[in-house]
Amino acid sequence: MSRDATEPGRGLSRRGFLFGGAAAGAGAAVALGVDRALASEPRATLDATGLNGARTVDFHGAHQAGIATPIASHATYVALDLHGDTDRDALRRMMRVLSDDAARLMAGTGALADTEPELATVPAALTVTFGFGPEAVRRGGGDAAAPAWLGPLPAFDIDALEDRWSGGDVLLLVSADDAVTVAHAVRMLLKDSRSFASVRWRQDGFRRAYGSEVSGTTMRNLFGQVDGTTNPEPGTSAFDDVVWTSDPGWLAGGTSLVLRRIRLDLDVWDEVDPVARSFAVGRRISDGAPLTGTREADEPNFEATTAAGNTVISPVAHIARSRPVDPREVIFRRGYNYDVPPTGDAVSESGLLFASFQADVDAQFTPIQRRLAEGDLLNTWTTPIGSAVFAIPPGCQAGGYVGQTLLD
Amino acid sequence: MTTVRTPARLTALAAIAALSLAACASDSNAETSADAATSGEITITDPWVKTAESGMTAAFGTLVNGTDEAVTLVAAETPASSMNELHETLSDASGGMSMSEKEGGFEIAAGESLVLEPGGNHIMLMDVAEPIEAGDEVEFTLTFADDSTFEFTADAKDYTGAQESYAPEHDMDMEMDMDASPEATADEHAGHDH
Repeated sequence: MSRDATEPGRGLSRRGFLFGGAAAGAGAAVALGVDRALASEPRATLDATGLNGARTVDFHGAHQAGIATPIASHATYVALDLHGDTDRDALRRMMRVLSDDAARLMAGTGALADTEPELATVPAALTVTFGFGPEAVRRGGGDAAAPAWLGPLPAFDIDALEDRWSGGDVLLLVSADDAVTVAHAVRMLLKDSRSFASVRWRQDGFRRAYGSEVSGTTMRNLFGQVDGTTNPEPGTSAFDDVVWTSDPGWLAGGTSLVLRRIRLDLDVWDEVDPVARSFAVGRRISDGAPLTGTREADEPNFEATTAAGNTVISPVAHIARSRPVDPREVIFRRGYNYDVPPTGDAVSESGLLFASFQADVDAQFTPIQRRLAEGDLLNTWTTPIGSAVFAIPPGCQAGGYVGQTLLD
Repeated sequence: MTTVRTPARLTALAAIAALSLAACASDSNAETSADAATSGEITITDPWVKTAESGMTAAFGTLVNGTDEAVTLVAAETPASSMNELHETLSDASGGMSMSEKEGGFEIAAGESLVLEPGGNHIMLMDVAEPIEAGDEVEFTLTFADDSTFEFTADAKDYTGAQESYAPEHDMDMEMDMDASPEATADEHAGHDH
């Protein structure tokens, strides 16, 4: 039997279900905030609950899956360009078909007319999340339906954006703890998209495999940097405020996604010694603790000074520049690594699929990105090469489909 | 599982639940067999129809006889096609597979199911006039030997299988043959060319 990874897991960190009984025994406090304080001393426990591949996440709900649900090991982002003749009615038909596919696949059954239903029987906490770019929203609901923030981000000096990683009319985000499951789901969804749209780009990302470390451990990017420490915790009211759109209208209960493909220049990063790496980030590379603290969860002290009178954390360190100036400037990140074949003499072509969810891109994301573009020591080794913004519609109930609030 | 449960018996023209694609998708397939013998109704699981611009296509699904008597499916109708047939696919003398109209229809014993699937038994739409597009909902009415009927709605899906290639000299829109041996199947459909 499959177990539902969202009920009661919705709101629990990944540790919640890898720890299984341990989390339950510690009570709800573990899930709701004390969590982060425990991050530096997690107790690893074998997941003895059964086959990990049997875990399912419910497709239906107030919000789409794949945002607040536990993050999986593999993710594939696909952007589609709508065909010229894909009008509102066609968009509706497309979203009905794709929603049905997603619901069935996430439940661990083949999609309707699935040619390889056998591959669907290991859902491995599969989630499918849909997003709309500006053109899809315009075709679905007219110009007035598009939120002000839906469109390309402002140009930043640090950007070296390539079309092949940028933009798109419709987003498919497929993630699971099993790469075979992802491959099958992506192919099924793309087969059913073919009449309506073509693939613009596809970006594959990975994190630690399920069970390789204690769930809920902050990920390390391929710089080795602990990345995502200050993320709001799903299941908290703070998370809800940061992520879900409360404006009335078709996007209520939805959110926005900013996806940035950030190239990490590992060959040059290699030249940087550990002290300088930590200085650039403002946290120790070794354990993620701020340079003014001892544990990852410690609050950085940006005022603390050295004997020489300089701040311990450089004013242009990454964490100094990315911290909110206005309290609204908080985002929820779900990053993945990428590592693809290099060209030329390079031995690697790697980076980060930086993904952040927030209710309002302009108010929450852009000010942070602007500060980082103006000054961040990490910019020496990082280059944004792709950028896309999508509106993420709310979830749907059984019998409905994602996008219904825009298209019906 | 996309199942239309009609409140009526076979003798009544069942009201159609307007089927939504995502409606019952999270239900377990296991339900089919559990319900089959006891529902007292004819139901269909996961009905779908292959999209088509025009001409021929086919509809599929698992028809479940939940009544306590055998029934015989003798005809299928849909507004999407003016002519429809019940087909079976069998191995033929040439060693390939070919399809032909099922003489006398399909008998379904009490509690049993009739699987309509690509490469097997199917409802053949012979004359699609308006395009059947992905995501369309296509209505069907099945008629049984006792003149009772059963209605359901099938979701249209793109599908590149269920290709019935006819002999090369035949019309390209005669595309619904499952066959490994094109020549062998042409005769069965000679009368359907259009």
